[in-house]
Amino acid sequence: MTDQTHTPAPQDEDIPSAKALPKRRLPSLIWLIPIVAALAGGWIAVHAIMQRGPTITIRFDTAEGIEAGKTKIKYKDVDIGNVTGVVLTEDRQHIKVTAQLAHATDDLLGDKTQFWVVRPRVAGGTVSGLSTLLSGAFIGIDPARKATDKRDFVGLEQAPIVTTRQAGREFVLKAQDMGSIDVGTPLFFRRVQVGEVSAYTLDKDGKGITVKAFVHAPYDQYVTSNTRFWHASGVDVSLDANGLRIETQSLASIAIGGIAFQAPPDQPVAEPAAADTQFTLAADRNSAMKEADRERAPFVLYFRESLRGLSVGAPVDFRGITIGEVKAINFEFSKEKREILMPVTIDLYPDRLRGRMRQDQPIHTPAENVRILNAMVAHGLRAQLRTGNLITGQLYIALDFMPGASKADIDWKQFPPSLPSVAGSLTQLQDTALSIAKKLDALPIESIGKNADQAMRNANKVLDNADQLVSRLKNEVTPEAQTTLKAAQDAINQAKQTLSPDAPVQQNMNDTLQEVSKAAQAFRDLSDYLSRHPDALLRGQKEDAK
Amino acid sequence: MTPRAVSAADEGLLNCHSCGLLSKNVPNAHDRCPRCGAHLHLRKPDSLARTWALLIAAFLLYIPANILPVMHTASIIYEEDDTIMSGVVYLWTSGSWPLAILVFCASVTVPLAKLIALSVLAWTAQHKSTWRQQERTRLYRLVEFVGRWSMLDIFVVTLMVGLVHFQSLATISAGPGAVAFAAVVVLTMFAAMSFDPRLIWDPEQKQDD
Ligand SMILES: [Zn+2]
Repeated sequence: MTDQTHTPAPQDEDIPSAKALPKRRLPSLIWLIPIVAALAGGWIAVHAIMQRGPTITIRFDTAEGIEAGKTKIKYKDVDIGNVTGVVLTEDRQHIKVTAQLAHATDDLLGDKTQFWVVRPRVAGGTVSGLSTLLSGAFIGIDPARKATDKRDFVGLEQAPIVTTRQAGREFVLKAQDMGSIDVGTPLFFRRVQVGEVSAYTLDKDGKGITVKAFVHAPYDQYVTSNTRFWHASGVDVSLDANGLRIETQSLASIAIGGIAFQAPPDQPVAEPAAADTQFTLAADRNSAMKEADRERAPFVLYFRESLRGLSVGAPVDFRGITIGEVKAINFEFSKEKREILMPVTIDLYPDRLRGRMRQDQPIHTPAENVRILNAMVAHGLRAQLRTGNLITGQLYIALDFMPGASKADIDWKQFPPSLPSVAGSLTQLQDTALSIAKKLDALPIESIGKNADQAMRNANKVLDNADQLVSRLKNEVTPEAQTTLKAAQDAINQAKQTLSPDAPVQQNMNDTLQEVSKAAQAFRDLSDYLSRHPDALLRGQKEDAK
Repeated sequence: MTPRAVSAADEGLLNCHSCGLLSKNVPNAHDRCPRCGAHLHLRKPDSLARTWALLIAAFLLYIPANILPVMHTASIIYEEDDTIMSGVVYLWTSGSWPLAILVFCASVTVPLAKLIALSVLAWTAQHKSTWRQQERTRLYRLVEFVGRWSMLDIFVVTLMVGLVHFQSLATISAGPGAVAFAAVVVLTMFAAMSFDPRLIWDPEQKQDD
């Protein structure tokens, strides 16, 4: 103890005693705090563990846009996980993304689960992932139906066009070439977009392309067993005997191409096709619909006229209904007839000859077909070349009953059998013109003129005699009679004048006959020219460099 | 060695916290001030136990405070949960290094340092260590001083929550981590308050006796 000189140390008696209270021997309440903290922390930990879903790894080619801790995994736009790490694989060829999924997402993972990075993308005419421009990329997931314990996945480089959650069916199309098809190319049904191309592969033999086309529900029911698929890419302009045709599906298909499908309109509604049914992808609607005619009957037609304007594929038409098409145009020299023939092979579709109303009728047997065709030919059924398109001079083949056609029949012995033909309408016109010209030509114009001359000379003689007679009478008859005779002489003079070779009547007649002769010549020229240039009927004469 | 000191405790005297009246200690009892009736304590009652309890609670909550998101941002284009560390990382990668360091210090280092410092103080006090008493006292003052500044993150989050609230465009809300973090800060402050620095010096007297 130190001495306190200035302030005396307080004396014991000066200091009051503290009041004593009974001691409480309970643990301090302060320990509630760590207990509560421990409980809270424990609950948070348990909760976090409970909410923690599976950890997965996904392999991608590039980590572009993927950031650990930031990038989300989204399913139907709901966050179901987070990327927790991005590392290069051991071979340094890929990147491995580790992601922590949310609680109860195990059933989204399976053998067929697909992951892809959603980045802004322009393809197949659509812009996707625009929101990622601002928010950054995210990883999309297409869950598999069956859950497995697979946890390592290989990510897709592009979002799949069709995910398993989309209802619909996928069909296989066999195509000759890609055209403008790409993944995402739209599928049209009656110009409504109902699906997309989901994938394509080059066939192993390199002879074609296999395209997978997905049709969304409920439109997939319109794909039936008899449905045809065709390229609806861009604008399809065709110019043939049927005239100018422009076909297109939609503005989008003009820009990016497309595939259209439809069942042939003249066929009954068929059963919906099963998924993965294989179809042929035709080049255009027409050829797609032609496929419908399974039954084909080849025939050959012999023509003697120019086939200029007739092309392979030209329609064979029965009173406006296309019942076949030209398959081949050939050249043949007939030894026995000593002439050049133009055999045209056509395919007839007997199906189309059967009436629509009699759809239910059984298909004719070949023997029946022979009998029916024979009967039709006997009634005058002939093939004829006709001008289909006035502008282009395209020809088509018409089958029709020709009144007054000479007797003919079908030669069933040769293959293909030959149907009798008649000269084309143009040839008939040429023939008529020619026959007119011939008749005109045959007119004895010169002798007519000579005869007329002779007749006139004779008439002159008669008139001269009459004149003499009149002048004789003038002197011998009475003056009364003289006036009459004078009048008669005037009349005779007039007649003489009229009949003289240089008289106007005579001149006019000669001119007329010459004109007729010229016309005959012109007709001959025209028919000759037309036989070589039938299209000149419409286009006018063209200078041909020969 | 510091000069020989006499403490009130040595003399069996108690000082009333409320009215300042000095009174004699009655052993083994809960004492009250004879003048105003306030509780009288030689040292802060159960100082070490309270400190330990609060420290343990703070330690426990320090973990969720750093793991759980403190801030939830939802805007029209994205939604994001930010933990303290992700915020620091963001500040660092976006170039705001000074701010990143500041936030890191205020929100991660300082609370942890405080927890450790208080643990050291409580541990040494409990074992009546005479090791570096001067420095330990200084450390205690530092802990007490720093305490009020370690609320920086909570302060920022609170401000953000209040300011950024354009309903349709973006909303920011405090995450569960913020609660834990605030709890850690408050608990360490209480722990610092409940620790009686006089305990640092008590062993010396016992030794001298
Ligand atoms: Zn008092």
